[in-house]
Amino acid sequence: MPFSVFDSKGTPLDRQHMTWRDMVRKPISKLDDDAFTRMRVILMSGIEQEALRFSHMAARCNMALRQPLADVRRVEQHQATLVGWLLSSDHSPLETTIAYEQLAIELTASVAKAEPDNYLSQVYRFGLLEDFDHLYRYAALLDRVEGKDANNILQSYTDILPGRPTLEHHRAPRDDLRIPYDRSMAAMLSKLHALTITAAEAQTHAYYMNVGPTFADPVARQLYAEIASVEEQHVTQYESLLDPTETWVEQWLLHEANECYTYYSCVETETNHQVKAVWERCLDYELGHFHMAAEAFRRYERRDPAEIVGDFPRPIELRSQREYVRKVLATEVELRALGTQIVPKAHEDQASIDVRRQLNADGSPSEAVAAGYVWTPGTELVSHGAAGTTALIATRPANEGGVVMP
Amino acid sequence: MAHQSEHMGMNRTGVQMSPIDTAAMQGSENVPMRGAPGDERALLDAREAYILDADAIGSLPIPGSVAGAVSLGLHMLKGDRPQILLDKLGERLSFERTGTRLYDALLAKCDVIEGGPAGMTRDHVADIRRDEARHFLLLKEAIESLGGDPTAQTPSADVTGVESQGIVQVLYDPRTSLAQSLHALLTAELADRAGWETLIALAGEAGQDDLVAGFTLALEDEHRHLALVQGWYHEAIGLTPVSGMLPPGGSAGLPPDASTAPTSTPDVTTPLPGTDGMLGTDI
Repeated sequence: MPFSVFDSKGTPLDRQHMTWRDMVRKPISKLDDDAFTRMRVILMSGIEQEALRFSHMAARCNMALRQPLADVRRVEQHQATLVGWLLSSDHSPLETTIAYEQLAIELTASVAKAEPDNYLSQVYRFGLLEDFDHLYRYAALLDRVEGKDANNILQSYTDILPGRPTLEHHRAPRDDLRIPYDRSMAAMLSKLHALTITAAEAQTHAYYMNVGPTFADPVARQLYAEIASVEEQHVTQYESLLDPTETWVEQWLLHEANECYTYYSCVETETNHQVKAVWERCLDYELGHFHMAAEAFRRYERRDPAEIVGDFPRPIELRSQREYVRKVLATEVELRALGTQIVPKAHEDQASIDVRRQLNADGSPSEAVAAGYVWTPGTELVSHGAAGTTALIATRPANEGGVVMP
Repeated sequence: MAHQSEHMGMNRTGVQMSPIDTAAMQGSENVPMRGAPGDERALLDAREAYILDADAIGSLPIPGSVAGAVSLGLHMLKGDRPQILLDKLGERLSFERTGTRLYDALLAKCDVIEGGPAGMTRDHVADIRRDEARHFLLLKEAIESLGGDPTAQTPSADVTGVESQGIVQVLYDPRTSLAQSLHALLTAELADRAGWETLIALAGEAGQDDLVAGFTLALEDEHRHLALVQGWYHEAIGLTPVSGMLPPGGSAGLPPDASTAPTSTPDVTTPLPGTDGMLGTDI
């Protein structure tokens, strides 16, 4: 049944209160909760952080909006805390990283499938195969540094396989910009998709920039440096899909609508009852925020918000997208970028090739960390035994990259 | 209320929980490549290059007082290695200070979790906490007696802080049971015993007989802590006590009544100004 943001006014802002005890509550279980519950927590943390980021930028540029934005932003800050702090402390930063990449893969695949615009869908699929490779590199790091199996985070929903090699993700900035949707023509869903993926990637970028220096292992530090750089490119790519001619109030309206859409998607799909109650509470708060933005839209734009925001036909499909991802992997892994277009590898922009040659001149962290890595249930020690891949060179050839069944 | 014992439930990790998804994960349809070519040599090479180029964690502070500098200089002239002793004194001071806080965390759990090990009373835990705080002050005085600065963080103190991070996380996690908390403390106590043994050897080598005497008493406390914590841990996981399971006494020997005896080591420290000398009794 479609969901309409106009059917409920939600919780009025003056009743959106939290205590510190409300914000810091029982976290999810790393072991017992479904991986998609963890992904929802990370998704909504990213959405809330985008709300804060946008609100600050809007306040800098709009005197008249400063007060209502500040009022809403205080609640968004507390929601961001409530949601983000649901993650339990027994996740190491690297395990959390695995979860971030799992979300990037499953969410981007779901969005690419549902996206009505072919060009936008192509852009999502292009980024998808890069996050897919990041997961493989980080899984190798987790196995080889902490001795842990990334699949205990992934719960077999997401493949651990090479995608487009990370060392080839580094591009000239001119090859990261894409063509924005047209605000007057694009479907509402296209606008919400772009906001959602931009939010998720921006959060991932910020997370890697923060946790990268906490690692002692220099190879881990290098890998985070490398992938953080790609995530910055991803933010650049997805952000460039947003129509720059949207007014500040229109953008605010869309941000609030997107928060409603994503919380609604979480409410509809959540399996943990305590976490579901958080999504329901936040959805009611966001409906309150949406109607404040809608009022500002009517007042300053003298337009009907319903011109911009319609019903949500169905929630975001938050489930394993393995089959879809593999099809994209098999058919599009060799695609590259040329300006705003996604092209065959042979047509890649020479400027991007030059950029990566310079960056990788001292070696490639993503190649070093995963060389010879084949995911095996229980870590690669199960397949390689005590000898390890390096010592095995003496007795058998190193993995040459073919399909190796564990 | 935290779970007092590990229970069977909906743990979703492990491939046996997702046989269909795991089979699909290992299937080969549309998989151009299962792993990148190569081996771990490139990873090791990258690490080795950094190790060769690395600076140390940091240095020991130069004494801030003239008396301290003179004392340190005299020791060095005699061919001693006071910097090693000062570094390790700093390490133990740091560890004992953190250890005190670990027992604070355990006390918080003792107060709200019912059904813990019968032999583990709040007074016993508070006694150990008091010992750890007292050891910290003992080390403070020892560093001062050598002309060092007990408020400085030495390189080994910093590294032992990194080592202890996981233990601190386990103790302060409201979800961890008494058994899990005691396992973390057992790790700390094992390291603590070895640390005091090293310190006694270093102080002996430096001819610091007064320090050796005080440290030996502290080591006896640590043997008792280790025996108590291991006994409580075994009880918490339902293990039947077996004679001879307690840790060996180490160089100083285990007191005969180590598994049950409350602390009896005389207080070798001077009370802090403004205190009544009963450190730890207000917890």
